[in-house]
Amino acid sequence: MGKITVAQAMVKALQEEGVEYIFGIPGAAIYPFYDALYNSDIKHILVRNEQAAVHEASGYARSKDKVGVCVATSGPGATNLITGIATAYMDSVPIVAITGQVMSSLIGRDVFQEVDITGATAPFCKHNFLVKDPKKIVEIIKKAFYIASTGRKGPVLIDIPFDIQQQEIEYPQSISIDIKGYKPTIKGHPLQIKKAIDLIETAKKPLICAGGGVISSNASDNLKKLIEKHKIPLISTLMGIGSIPTDHPFYLGMIGSHGQKKANIALREAELLIVVGARLGDRALGDTKITEKMKIIHIDIDPAEIGKNVGTDVPIVGDAKYILGEILNRITEKDLCWAQEIIDENTNKSVSNIDYLRPFEVLKEISNIYKGEYIITTDVGQHQIWAAHNTLIKKPRTFISSGGLGTMGYGVPAAIGAKFANPDEEVIVITGDGSFQMLMQELATIKREMIPIKIVLFNNSRLGMVYEIQKKRCSSRFIATCLDGNPDFELLAKAYSLEYLKLDNKDKLSEAISIMKNSKKPFLLEVVTKPDEPTIT
Amino acid sequence: MKYTLSVLVENHPGVLSRVAGLFSRRGFNIDSLAVGVTDDPNISRMTIVVNGDDYIVEQVTKQLNKLIDVIKIKKLNPKEAVERELALIKVSANSQTRSEIIQITEIFRANIVDVSKETLTIEISGDEDKISAFMELVRQYGIKEVVQTGIIAIERGNKVITKNSKIEEDE
Repeated sequence: MGKITVAQAMVKALQEEGVEYIFGIPGAAIYPFYDALYNSDIKHILVRNEQAAVHEASGYARSKDKVGVCVATSGPGATNLITGIATAYMDSVPIVAITGQVMSSLIGRDVFQEVDITGATAPFCKHNFLVKDPKKIVEIIKKAFYIASTGRKGPVLIDIPFDIQQQEIEYPQSISIDIKGYKPTIKGHPLQIKKAIDLIETAKKPLICAGGGVISSNASDNLKKLIEKHKIPLISTLMGIGSIPTDHPFYLGMIGSHGQKKANIALREAELLIVVGARLGDRALGDTKITEKMKIIHIDIDPAEIGKNVGTDVPIVGDAKYILGEILNRITEKDLCWAQEIIDENTNKSVSNIDYLRPFEVLKEISNIYKGEYIITTDVGQHQIWAAHNTLIKKPRTFISSGGLGTMGYGVPAAIGAKFANPDEEVIVITGDGSFQMLMQELATIKREMIPIKIVLFNNSRLGMVYEIQKKRCSSRFIATCLDGNPDFELLAKAYSLEYLKLDNKDKLSEAISIMKNSKKPFLLEVVTKPDEPTIT
Repeated sequence: MKYTLSVLVENHPGVLSRVAGLFSRRGFNIDSLAVGVTDDPNISRMTIVVNGDDYIVEQVTKQLNKLIDVIKIKKLNPKEAVERELALIKVSANSQTRSEIIQITEIFRANIVDVSKETLTIEISGDEDKISAFMELVRQYGIKEVVQTGIIAIERGNKVITKNSKIEEDE
């Protein structure tokens, strides 16, 4: 085989990794790579801001369990990726981000569109590479995919000077990946697993808390079998939503400051907490005293998470699917349902006396009409919590939200990525007028690609969550939370060729959602809500 | 409480900044950090002295282990390790004080490596206590400048920390 350019080798290596889509924006420092893409089968999705490219790769990765790929040019293109990379890092999403860099001989001279992107992203990406040796490019790409998709998954960045992209190399025949400092533990320690089983067998009030790790390790089946076999109630973090169906009788909801009552009651009463693939961050477990009295088993593939936020009695480092499988196989069947009273507690919200449209009713109706047959992505704010509490989620990887970093603007691009990954699924964005406007230029990507994404926009003309804080804690001294100047969303929908409906009362709720469901086109459903609607209803 | 960590890392650019950056962004305090290449040119060793409690040192170890470039970490027990630091100390000296400073230097088995009309530069190696005791004694003459390397440490006996050695603390 003759020599090919590094850019061509990059495309070939990406194809070997099974990449179907790349989300990005070209620029001068990455043009050789784009030129090499011209003749490939990989489809490039042109976004309107690089941040959206990472979120689209993230939606793709999370909904399909594959590595998402995004590309940007040097300097501002690369820095625009930063928020998306940090978002993916906090939520452990496997992404490979490729950035062009200025000519290698000019690095460090502050030339046009130069930025130290490997330095800038080091604190919040799993690993990054600055390519200096053209011969190493294929090895680096293979390493990047391996690192991104194994162990605790996460984003990896490859920064490549544009002169190196143009150099010629022999494409290496075979490359084996061996990284001395990176050997993720998959199988949990047998002794620790035994200790965990003993604790679960003897506990009278065991409770499982599922986090995003359950979903990213595809452990949902084992988790469901385990809770049914031993009758253990389950709570989840925001990232753990979808680890088992939200209408499962043992599922008590999301915990935390914005969590559900049942879940928080169960957490207070449990005597053994089995944390699976969750880090129990401050939003999930604001009061660490709750866990002081109980025993804790913590299962996580990242040893650094164990003991970081809560003390642990039995730490188990390894893959959640494997470890839950081991526990499931060896645990006895039981009929102990200590949380039956909590499960039976009727927390259905009363709707009878309310004549105006409330967000939870809209979300319940969407769940009823779609019967959970969708992928939901959310933005960040009140609507995110409404969605977490009120949408029916039947399968893992169908509730996609920015949990750790809480990135407003995530919803629409994540939906675009999820739609490319699952063209036959309905993809619905739940967003608010604040979040939506952070990356709403992605409507252009939707228009160009003609992908029928449905957007449910809760419009209260406020930055709702902060508005609520100002109301409660600042004696209603509202500052900078009123979104005067919002566009006319109907005209906006028209500008981007979206179908549009406005919903401002209860009468046509079902009809509007049915129209949205039956539409084969991109759709914007604007739901007008009251500014005083609380986050927790 | 101070802990000494012996850390093997890949020897390539950017690794030191990743390690140092990890300390600053997670709010850990580094007392000292010394780096040098090992007998294997692909691998460097960092000796890091951390100030903190058990939780801090456990987190430092785990977070460092997450870095792809970090190959191995071992927490050294001070009783089972030899620790050394090198300091170069420039002390004011005149005809009256010069001989006293030379005497102190000899007692500490340190070396005079440079002399001028008004100064003596002394090279001293040893553990932290020895160097600080020496500095206390020469402070009266006027210390003009001090340069220290940070601690390097190695385990006593036949135990080694290399990329292939097994560490009991490994999880």
